[in-house]
Amino acid sequence: MDVIGTLASIFARPDLWAGTLRFAAPLTLAALGGVISERSGVVNIAMEGMMLVGAFFSVLVAAATHDIVLATLASVLCGGLIAAIHGVASIHLRANQIVSGMAINLLALGLTSFLMFRFFATSGTPSDIPALPDVKIPVINNIPFVGAVIGDQNLVVWLSILAVPLAWWFLFRTRIGLRIRAVGEHPRAADTLGISVYRIRYLCVILSGLLSGLGGAYLSLSVAHSFSDNMTSGAGFIALAAMIFGKWNPIGAFLACLLFGFGQSLGINLQGTGFPDQLVAATPYVLTVVALAGFVGRAIAPAADGVPYEVGE
Amino acid sequence: MTAVAPGDTSLPAGVATPHLEMRGITKSFGTLLANDHVNLDVRDREIHAVVGENGAGKTTLMNILYGLIHPDEGEILIDGNPVRIRGPRDAIAAGIGMVHQHFQLVPVMSVAENVVLGQEPGGIRLDRAAAVRQVRDLSERFGLIVDPSARVETLPVGIQQRVELLKILYRGSRLLVFDEPTAVLTPQETDELFEILRGLVGGGKTVILITHKLNEVMAISERVTVLRQGRNAGVLATAHTSPPEIARAMVGREVLLRVERDEAHLGDERLRLEGVRADSDRGLQALAGIDLAVRSGEIVGIAGVSGNGQLELAEAIAGLRPITAGHIYLQGTDVGTQPAAARRANGLAYIPEDRHARGLVLPFEVKDNLILGSQSRPPFAVRGQRNSAAVDQRAEALVRQFDIRPPNPDAPASSLSGGNQQKVVVARELAEDPRVMVAAEPTRGLDVGATEFIHRELIQKRDEGLAILLISSELDEIFSLSDTIAVIYQGRIVEAMPSATADRERIGLLMAGGAAETALPTATQIAEAAAALGSSDVAGGSPHGEGVA
Repeated sequence: MDVIGTLASIFARPDLWAGTLRFAAPLTLAALGGVISERSGVVNIAMEGMMLVGAFFSVLVAAATHDIVLATLASVLCGGLIAAIHGVASIHLRANQIVSGMAINLLALGLTSFLMFRFFATSGTPSDIPALPDVKIPVINNIPFVGAVIGDQNLVVWLSILAVPLAWWFLFRTRIGLRIRAVGEHPRAADTLGISVYRIRYLCVILSGLLSGLGGAYLSLSVAHSFSDNMTSGAGFIALAAMIFGKWNPIGAFLACLLFGFGQSLGINLQGTGFPDQLVAATPYVLTVVALAGFVGRAIAPAADGVPYEVGE
Repeated sequence: MTAVAPGDTSLPAGVATPHLEMRGITKSFGTLLANDHVNLDVRDREIHAVVGENGAGKTTLMNILYGLIHPDEGEILIDGNPVRIRGPRDAIAAGIGMVHQHFQLVPVMSVAENVVLGQEPGGIRLDRAAAVRQVRDLSERFGLIVDPSARVETLPVGIQQRVELLKILYRGSRLLVFDEPTAVLTPQETDELFEILRGLVGGGKTVILITHKLNEVMAISERVTVLRQGRNAGVLATAHTSPPEIARAMVGREVLLRVERDEAHLGDERLRLEGVRADSDRGLQALAGIDLAVRSGEIVGIAGVSGNGQLELAEAIAGLRPITAGHIYLQGTDVGTQPAAARRANGLAYIPEDRHARGLVLPFEVKDNLILGSQSRPPFAVRGQRNSAAVDQRAEALVRQFDIRPPNPDAPASSLSGGNQQKVVVARELAEDPRVMVAAEPTRGLDVGATEFIHRELIQKRDEGLAILLISSELDEIFSLSDTIAVIYQGRIVEAMPSATADRERIGLLMAGGAAETALPTATQIAEAAAALGSSDVAGGSPHGEGVA
């Protein structure tokens, strides 16, 4: 087998690159949410559950109303709601945030499976649900290769890309961003300056839920065009890895998501070529482990990440 | 003396309404009454000291003033008007600012970011340029020179304290509360801070100084409020009182501020360090060749500003940190590569700097903490099993001997006060009849009474022939206990001298680097101080050779 030749032909396919963006989009949204949550000091491993909830409720509302706006809103709101549960547990009740996050993941899995059975048991989710729209860019659309990569991408892909600089600006250039980072690094210092640690942390955890929910809606409404049990299948955890790989920075996290998206896209494009595509699909994760083990330097979390804060301690 | 009866806050005639009044402040935590109808009045443009032992309620009172804790009863008046302080935000709005004992700074952020945090210039966007400009203006106006763009974690503690001060000045606070501000400073930095405080008062501010150092009270305050066990124990005018009188009010009995110490009877050499090098946790060289010797019956005090290798020195000797070069001789045996347990078996005792992290297992009962390290040896273990009778027996004896309170060996160590926790550590370390002791910050955070107790124990053991290496950032402690004083600076002993002839000023200079070799803001002051002393060699440059005690 001509390995080089096969690879070269695959790398020349616009599908590979369009797929990279497509796969990266939901990861990016969830990872950005994770970055914001953890920058405020709340460890968030619940992106998986938040995405799953977003994925299910968007389909449920889409099936009921056939209104894509309502469906998307539902996904975002439900993601935010379940994030608020994580918030109450880890901020007010000072629970272990890993345990709470895991509980959210399990809760989301059970809840969506149960409701899936309750509403769509016999037939599966209907096929006539509306999808999130694609954005056809008139001129670019006609450029060969480039047009096929970015000329006709989904709205959410563009939103996710737009969200990256926005999240960066939010965290590093706004007043609220400074407060968020201060709360994540040294909550007591922020508290003594009259900043409400709890309010900031709730805001950030819920923001992460909104973003993950949207990522979930994209998976169900646009990629799969249906909902099935546990359909996120680890995307939230990949986003978590991307967040750490990206050193809790929106841009780093986005680059990591692109790498993971590329791995998934490559795996799919290699199917049928006789190449061990599972192996290829695994390479980004192997890369992550290697990179985290020392090649990009130690990943340093916000100092108060995962540490509950007690007012008047 | 103008002691005022507890509860009486009346002012002499002719004095205007106090700037701050706290009346009948009461706060209980469970069964503990931390503040019991405490009164405090502070006049406008006064430097007012608040003193008391640990647990006397000073910090509680100040946290109530700053809104970090809510009182059960009592009221707070600013300029005669009652104010409600529900949180730091209200306190800031009422013109109250606080420099906390443990700096409330975000280490990874810049000076400017730390100063403006919570009241940032800009709209949604943070106006960084304005923040830097405002902080620079502020620092120039008050003579607190600091680079607004520097990351806080790269700054020395003295400068970090300035950042804390800038934070409250930025908020326009009129009443400035300093909680133990000199604990981390060199004597020179302390003098400098006091100059700043006087300047601030001259500029219309009012200062509350929380401290347990009586010489500082005498040096700077106009009046002093003494708290004891959560209650007022008097208000004294500094000009008409004395350190023993304040101490008596604090403790409720006569206190020896300086432990009596006989001439040292030096015996054989017990501990010797030759060219010891070791790295810090961050992998940087922390000990750059330490030479040191301690003899039987001698206390060698290591003076220095925290972070100059003291922690690493203690851990290297204790066997908790590998040395990268040199030798450590314990009673003549090179133990440099031996594990900690072997060194303990060889007669080494160690009072660690951080009793919570290293000295005690907090959730364990007092009795188990009292035998830690010996738990697998007879009589505490027989055939691999714990011998409870022996453990109880040892615990009861030590609790009695060291007056550990409450006298309950079954209480978890975490339930004890700091002073009693430290007594547990000291009791355990002395129980196995050691030959050499490394005592790192043995009285850190302890009140006058507990400090006196521990000092007496150390002196007594020294008289019985124990060789003690005392590491302390409290110069008073070094002076009152040591027979020999060695100054550590950047991982080196820059000079060692008999304490009888040691000069405080000079040791302070050595602690600060001894010379203007760094760009630290203390440099000019060092030069001035050196000029005042007429010792050109101090300002000249090189450290004073390797001292061997």
